[in-house]
Amino acid sequence: MTWVETLRAGAEAVRAHRMRSLLTMLGIVIGIASVILTVGFGQGAQQQVRDEIDALGSNLLIVSPGSSTDSGGMRGGFGSATTLTLEDAAAIGDDTAAPDVRRVAPTTSSSASLTAGETNWTTSLVGTTPSWPDVRARSLASGRFFTADEVASGAPVVVLGPDTASELLGLGSPVGQTVTIAGQRLTVIGVLDSSGASESGGSEDDQAILPISTAQALTGATSSSVSTIYVEAASQATLSAAYQEVQSLLATRHGVTTTDADFGISTQESLVETANSTNRTLTVLLTGIAAISLLVGGVGVMNIMLVSVTERIREIGLRKALGATPRVIGRQFLVEASMLGLAGGVVGLLVGVVGSWVLPPLIDQPVTLSALAVGAALLTSLALGVGFGVYPASRAARLTPIDALRSE
Amino acid sequence: MSATTSTPPIIGLDGVRKTYRTGSLEFEALRGIDTAIREGEYVAVVGPSGSGKSTLMNILGCLDNPTAGSYLLAGEDVSTMSEAQLAEVRNRRIGFVFQQFNLLAGLPAWRNVELPLVYAGLPRQERRERAVAALERVGLADRTAHRPGELSGGQQQRVAVARALVAEPAIILADEPTGNLDSRSTADVLDLLDGLHDAGRTIVLITHEHDVAGRASRNLVIDDGRIVSDTPTARAGVPA
Repeated sequence: MTWVETLRAGAEAVRAHRMRSLLTMLGIVIGIASVILTVGFGQGAQQQVRDEIDALGSNLLIVSPGSSTDSGGMRGGFGSATTLTLEDAAAIGDDTAAPDVRRVAPTTSSSASLTAGETNWTTSLVGTTPSWPDVRARSLASGRFFTADEVASGAPVVVLGPDTASELLGLGSPVGQTVTIAGQRLTVIGVLDSSGASESGGSEDDQAILPISTAQALTGATSSSVSTIYVEAASQATLSAAYQEVQSLLATRHGVTTTDADFGISTQESLVETANSTNRTLTVLLTGIAAISLLVGGVGVMNIMLVSVTERIREIGLRKALGATPRVIGRQFLVEASMLGLAGGVVGLLVGVVGSWVLPPLIDQPVTLSALAVGAALLTSLALGVGFGVYPASRAARLTPIDALRSE
Repeated sequence: MSATTSTPPIIGLDGVRKTYRTGSLEFEALRGIDTAIREGEYVAVVGPSGSGKSTLMNILGCLDNPTAGSYLLAGEDVSTMSEAQLAEVRNRRIGFVFQQFNLLAGLPAWRNVELPLVYAGLPRQERRERAVAALERVGLADRTAHRPGELSGGQQQRVAVARALVAEPAIILADEPTGNLDSRSTADVLDLLDGLHDAGRTIVLITHEHDVAGRASRNLVIDDGRIVSDTPTARAGVPA
């Protein structure tokens, strides 16, 4: 008996008991659909994190100064040295030296107490240039950001984070009001939109942004050193090229090699990784539960196949009497079980695909289907059919023809 | 032996015994059967229930191995063959007709008839042609597409006979073929078997009805696991 004949006979048997076949498949259908959906949810969540980080500026390179060694020989961490300067930032911003860099925002940071009327509030003070909102992917809720002229002249203006504005100035419109920092009066010209995300713990919504020249004057800094240079690459694809350019440019400027550099460059990839690892744990857990339901589905196939063997015992006896070898009978039942498994997988896949369209708007969670998950689901359902078909098939194959023919 | 011609027997049984064991109980169903059946013979095996005739039928049909003794079928010793080898021998050498017809209810007549050819590995087209030809031979040319449920008992048994014929086996083994039929259908089926015998087929018929046995050319009477008589019938002289 050829494979084609065996397949045809299997399809006939599955069709002959339509209702029973459907019920048998149900377990596999549910299992495959839930695996597809949980993996889809996991991947959707990862995509969501990715998008959020992209909104923060995932084309972002963060250049920090290297460690310093004080007179006592104590070495500080990254950022403790003052090796980065405004001139470094300007060099990085040069199109010929670093063509894959789109924008540069050097920043100084310190902490200061802000006063408005009777209220005071201590927050971080960020001195930077007009390209900062673009580089950090931030927008303004009201007002405007400062201009290059204001940076050049050291104008007394400040842009507040939304939390800072509400703490200091209450519910009224902050733009146009005055805050005092270290005795210097500054006009609020804008308020940032809420970012909804935080970088390394500190709130991105609680800070005061001012022209870098104004900030240096306030803190009494005399050198042109900066604490961080934010670099935006032209695109995600050129991120590593930009990384190389910034690295070699700064190494040349500082007269060091890249292995003993006095600065460090990090990307936000590490942030993505951290967020994803949490997601991954959850996805693995849920997929595990779905896999157990698949296993139960497989046991269902085995049950029904055993019932089928018992029910068709006379047919098996007859086929054997007419010349079917044990191998042929076993193969027929194995093919039947595999077909049930695969059919269940296909239906489960359809249910999963439909679910991935219908569910996201209802539960406000994205679902991403991948070709890998789809292929794996189909293979798994086939493997379940084969795996759980082996025992019933071998029982059918071992029946002796006389016993099988004699049974009623 | 009822015949002493020089042609080698198609069935040769020599000291065939069959013992069944159930726990510590032993039951000897066949206690030494020696006989030979030649090509073209029409033999009826007769005996009361419990005489061992069903066991003999199982062994003749290669559905079971004897516990002791040898069984030569068309010159091949089948008494020690494996399950898979026996399946192949049944497919090539034996056409079965059962009391219960044993047709597959889901398949039309011609697909029931082609089953032995499926296991012989013949191509689909040839199977169909031969199945239809076999159905014509049993007078059911116009019923090839009918399912068993749409046929009368007599017609179903004729489909079964067509299935037994289709692979051109060495012997046709009929186990109480008329046991489930009314007298008219019984006559139909027996006439069909007579016709096959006249055409030179070897037929072994198992029955407990003496008038059915009377249609054969030779009667083997079994009792208590032994052959108690082996006699030609009135029809023995009919040329094969």
